[in-house]
Amino acid sequence: MTTTSDAPAEPATRRPAAAAAAGGTAPAPGGGTDADLAVHLVRLGDDALVLGQRLCQWITRAPTVEEDLALSNIALDLIGHARTLLTRGGRLDGSGRTEDDLAFTRSEREFTNALLTELPGGDFAVTVARQLAYTHYAVLYYEALAGCADAELAAFGARAAKEVAFHRLHADRWTLRLGRGTPESARRMRRGLERVWPYTGELFDEDDVVRRLAASGTAPSPAPLRPVWERRVAEVVARAGLAVPAPSWQARGGRAGLHTEEFGPLIAELQSVHRQFPGGTW
Amino acid sequence: MSAGDAAVAPAGQEELLARFDALVAGGGTVEPRDWMPDGYRRMLIRQIAQHAHSEIIGMQPEGAWLTRAPSLHRKSVLIAKVQDEAGHGLYLYSAAETLGVDRADLLDALHRGQQRASATFNHPALTWADTGAVAWLTDGAAVINQAPLCRTSYGPYARAMRRVCQEEAFHVRQGYDLMRALCEGTPEQRAMAQDAVDRWWLPAVALMFGPPDTEAGGAGARTAAPGAAVSRRARAWGIKRHTNDELRQRFVDQCVPQAERLGLTLPDPAIRWNEERGHYDFTPVDWDVYRKALGDDTHWARQRIAHRRAAHEDGAWVREAAAAYAAREDTVPEEAA
Repeated sequence: MTTTSDAPAEPATRRPAAAAAAGGTAPAPGGGTDADLAVHLVRLGDDALVLGQRLCQWITRAPTVEEDLALSNIALDLIGHARTLLTRGGRLDGSGRTEDDLAFTRSEREFTNALLTELPGGDFAVTVARQLAYTHYAVLYYEALAGCADAELAAFGARAAKEVAFHRLHADRWTLRLGRGTPESARRMRRGLERVWPYTGELFDEDDVVRRLAASGTAPSPAPLRPVWERRVAEVVARAGLAVPAPSWQARGGRAGLHTEEFGPLIAELQSVHRQFPGGTW
Repeated sequence: MSAGDAAVAPAGQEELLARFDALVAGGGTVEPRDWMPDGYRRMLIRQIAQHAHSEIIGMQPEGAWLTRAPSLHRKSVLIAKVQDEAGHGLYLYSAAETLGVDRADLLDALHRGQQRASATFNHPALTWADTGAVAWLTDGAAVINQAPLCRTSYGPYARAMRRVCQEEAFHVRQGYDLMRALCEGTPEQRAMAQDAVDRWWLPAVALMFGPPDTEAGGAGARTAAPGAAVSRRARAWGIKRHTNDELRQRFVDQCVPQAERLGLTLPDPAIRWNEERGHYDFTPVDWDVYRKALGDDTHWARQRIAHRRAAHEDGAWVREAAAAYAAREDTVPEEAA
């Protein structure tokens, strides 16, 4: 089990207050369950938003028109998840921020998506490998969320689980096609898995926020889902004639607002028009 | 060429042609297995392929703004729109394939410059407002152009167009709504909206409807003639139902009051209501204006094709893998996850 204290973070004393308050590891003292849940939902929302943004970069560049269509379909669902999660997060944290305030006016350090979602697209195999890892996790997590006590959140979990099940099917099928297609595609798929695998552990990290939410039955922890996830992805990867990369190092930091250098341009692009027109209505 | 073609004697050909003409003249529908004149088949392939290519190439100017949409609502709307366009491309390529051509060959022809997409998209989408102007004006023109195609004589094309038109009509409303939000926003947002309309009006009014094909719509008999001959043939076969200029007039009549409601100025000083005609007058699209709007052999004309070709070439290994997998696995049903 990993806590965010393992993160390669700079010393806590030097962490900007804004980042700690918005996304960091702990809610404001005395914030209670709502504050915890806000932190957690913004993390999940950021995962969906950032991955959706990465998938948008494929549209008009995919290997076939069918894939342009499939990837835009998936991106659309992810942006939908982000909207629900960020809206609820902004409502719960007492800041009154809307989904757009959270998406378009936070700095890079205030985003708390897992690093997996922000990795640059790479070739199609890297995208398939990332989709494989994320969708298997998301199906498990949203299914667990569907059983939580909060009715609104449970309804969202049930709907999102159905949607990501289609995304998972898409990722599974491409993993098979690439793994068992040509030597070239198998080589690229293997490289794709190697590229993204060190970033998968962060999806399952558990810190005090998550532990408190899980203990009160407000929202499930992703940590216990990891063995099932490992079994399922290993099974798909094996069917594709490939092997899950051996555990080496694990990347962490996204949940604490410590991102890759490639994340800055992604956020700059996302926010450019919104920031260019202060006071604009859209 | 359909199977019936080779089997019949020249006398039979005449009878088939007479029967075909009567069917089309009576508003009947031609289906893929029916006999049809070669010229009809060629004209349809050319038109449907150009239409399919336009959907695929048309994804680019708006697709460039997917990562920069200024709200998550607008981002979702734009993703859905670009996704629809990919879908339209697929329906239309399928319709073309019923005429005995292959989608891969049509795409190759596009990539080699032997077939073309609408020149409307040889213009750049420079600001966020362009995504609204494209949807409102270009898609608005497309709906007017394409609504009659829902009743076109070739069945698969007509059926594809019924789906396409429903979705396009929705895009126009979304585009108008996007422009309305900008016009009700800050002065800078309004200025961005006006600038986009200034740049997209001419491509929409000139290019989306094709060259002038009547004297009324063009600058005279000489310039109208080239368009008129093709247009006449297409109407005789029931592929087209109206002249380019009739449809263009309908578009202008629709846009002028919409622009007034938005508080935007259409960049044509000649636009004014003509009581006698019951239509808005506007600057006729003469051949020179048309050629100018074409934007042919410009940076963007080349860029659109280069972008398409790069995507196609970069994805070659993926398509090869999928084909190899399908060939190997065709006896084993694909396991669902």
